[in-house]
Amino acid sequence: MTTTAPEKKATRPGVAVAARLFGGGSATVFALLVLVFVAILFLNPSFFEPPSLMAFAKKAAPLVVLAVGQYLVIVCGELDLSVGSLVGAQVVIAAAVIDGQESRTVPVLLLMLAFGVLVGLVNGLVVTVLKVHSLIATLGMMLVLYGAIRLWTGGAPTGALSEGFRQVGREGIDMPVLRQLPWALLVAAAVVVVAVVFMRKPFGRTLVAAGDNEKAAAFAGVRVWWVRTIAFVLSSVLATLAGVLIGGYAGVTAQVGEGLEFTAITAVVLGGVVLGGGRGTVLAAMAGALTVEALFTLFNQLSLPSTIRPTVQGLIIVAAVAWAARERRRPFLPQS
Amino acid sequence: MAVAPLTETVLRMHGIQKSFLGVQVLHGIDLELRAGEVHALMGENGAGKSTLMKVLAGVYQADAGTIELAGREVAFAHPLQAQQAGVSTVFQEFNLLPERTVAENVFLGREPRRRGMVDADRMNADTAALLDDLGLSSIAPRRRVSTLSVAGQQIVEIVKALSYDARIISMDEPTAALAEEEVELLYGLVRMLRERGVAILYVSHRLKEIFDLSDRVTVLKDGALVDTVPTEDITPDELVRKMVGRPITSFFPDKLPETSLGDTRLRISGGGNEQLDGIDLEVRAGEIVTLAGLQGSGRTEIAHALFGVARFTRGTVEVDGKRVSPRSARQAVRAGLALVTEDRKAEGLALNQSVAANARLVLDAVLPRQSGRRAKQIPGILSSLELVSRGGDQEVRFLSGGNQQKVVLAKWLATDPAVIVLDEPTRGIDVGAKQKVYTLMRELSARGVAILMISSELQEVIGMADRIVVLRDGRIAGELPAGTDEEAVMQVATGQVTS
Repeated sequence: MTTTAPEKKATRPGVAVAARLFGGGSATVFALLVLVFVAILFLNPSFFEPPSLMAFAKKAAPLVVLAVGQYLVIVCGELDLSVGSLVGAQVVIAAAVIDGQESRTVPVLLLMLAFGVLVGLVNGLVVTVLKVHSLIATLGMMLVLYGAIRLWTGGAPTGALSEGFRQVGREGIDMPVLRQLPWALLVAAAVVVVAVVFMRKPFGRTLVAAGDNEKAAAFAGVRVWWVRTIAFVLSSVLATLAGVLIGGYAGVTAQVGEGLEFTAITAVVLGGVVLGGGRGTVLAAMAGALTVEALFTLFNQLSLPSTIRPTVQGLIIVAAVAWAARERRRPFLPQS
Repeated sequence: MAVAPLTETVLRMHGIQKSFLGVQVLHGIDLELRAGEVHALMGENGAGKSTLMKVLAGVYQADAGTIELAGREVAFAHPLQAQQAGVSTVFQEFNLLPERTVAENVFLGREPRRRGMVDADRMNADTAALLDDLGLSSIAPRRRVSTLSVAGQQIVEIVKALSYDARIISMDEPTAALAEEEVELLYGLVRMLRERGVAILYVSHRLKEIFDLSDRVTVLKDGALVDTVPTEDITPDELVRKMVGRPITSFFPDKLPETSLGDTRLRISGGGNEQLDGIDLEVRAGEIVTLAGLQGSGRTEIAHALFGVARFTRGTVEVDGKRVSPRSARQAVRAGLALVTEDRKAEGLALNQSVAANARLVLDAVLPRQSGRRAKQIPGILSSLELVSRGGDQEVRFLSGGNQQKVVLAKWLATDPAVIVLDEPTRGIDVGAKQKVYTLMRELSARGVAILMISSELQEVIGMADRIVVLRDGRIAGELPAGTDEEAVMQVATGQVTS
């Protein structure tokens, strides 16, 4: 058992891959996901017919995208509370500027992207350069966006999204069996795949290292402020993408995006991604998002009112973090 | 060594066993402490010293075995019970509240009260009495702990232990964070406690301390008891052999024959900032220069200045003849510098990440385009360092100190540095790993790397150096040739002579 090298893998490669995917305390979330699906199956077997599964995927896609964005920020040791407001702001801006005109779709998408990058940059630089705790910096951003949108629209969003804009969130590729393969599912899947690859690249590794031990990362030559700023930008860009999906799926209201930051954080911590950084995987965050969405579906099956959701989310956040902290919670240690 | 008085046995641990997650770390350890003895506990990292100490302190409960205090069997469910029974422990990391006063810390949780309020006057007076008793009246009871030196804080820990009327005090590497002159202070304190009949269990990696201080020494290896012997009956070589289970011919390896002095690779001219002034320092290819000096003399500050933490505001730095002025670690790495930081856990490693991820972190951060290709040499580097791990996927927090240090070294070796700065590279690692670090230094120097080593351990400062540069108060106080004796280095470091 001496001198082992990173290349040495378990003899069965499948096991090693599975361990990598589900490792880091995230096996729990996959088990939970299966459990919730089993409960749904028990209550409503028709849920597992392909078309209704696709409908579930379409509904869950924006949360998966948001959870991946939130994952990037959490794994480097920060938190982004502004994504819900940003989703709302983007949808309202899109509706007002497009105003139902098809030809404006692409320019507006670019405008949204630019706005998303700007918001992310501001978040990132306020945290890294001005040294404002990310909880406060993004809380501020959340309030600023929330208030600005209400000030601008007077509480009632104007305009309308174009049909083209709404395609991605609402439509899909028609095909047999599934009836329709939603664009949203493809988008979410692409985001997850790109994020998984990204996290295995040098930049992704430095992001995790910065979240695990800022000082050690800095001594190793990581530009901690820069990688964190990029994480905030990516989070905002993904929130923008989620906004496109949600706008298409649900249309424009003044409430759109409200509370989504907490749902995304719930999803990520449920996936075993540890607040404070350095631990957890993209796939676990995705599984967390699917689990939360499945749980909401289960509540519908049980005819529970949707107003129960914040309470459940609150319980999940605390329970998931407590679960993650269990190994640090020994009886009593005078010195840790 | 004082005359070992034939005294009563105050503690008898017998057949202590302890397992964690099915891995047995203590295999039936026997240990006896006598009143008025300093009993050294030695062993490589992972030998079970800390676990045994924590069983005695009530932090862990033994799975099997008995603990007798003054002939009565006890079982500590909680550290407080141990403390109340007269067994105190001074851990490596202190349990002090930095923003509270010395007295508040000593009496924490059992403050004397008057009419429901804390009786601060009495608390301060009691603390002053305790300090006076030890001849330490220079420490004021009202002083905030954060304003004390490391040694001062350690004293507060010891005073706190004594205030519980401790008959047994165990100390975990008490000198690890102390500068040389503070060590003397601690020695004095330990000897005074011994004269008063306190039994002291003393854990240390430093052989010199064991022979300076202890009456008997117990050696553990791989969780089992090797031997308990009177210190005067054993030589340092024999002791090391017991610890590692193999003889170590010469502790500091000889220079490799192919080593030759080359061009200057690092040159600091007139370097200065808020803490440093007039630093002129050169390290040539194939040369090992060691930086000696007391805590706070500016040794680490030089390393930090090179890595952009508090950079030089005056003077110039050249690497391989090229002017560089690193504003960040990143630029320093680009310039060909490497820094093995002083504090392995806080500054050297991302503890929750794998061996592989840590070992390639510098490549990932500074040379992302080449990192994939250059990381391929990391397995080879790790195996040449004889890393013991369960594989590249293992998180480094599960490794022993020595193996963690090997990961840090591998991380820097992967960058192929021109100059490597090693800040306390052997602190808190076991004898075997120390040897490996020394051998590695010799190999690097044979390959033409310029090495600057910072160390508080005079033995290695002298044992490894081609030249010794001594710092004092942020300036270079003198330079001494290889083979200088410890006394000479200390005289320059403390300013008794200038050379």
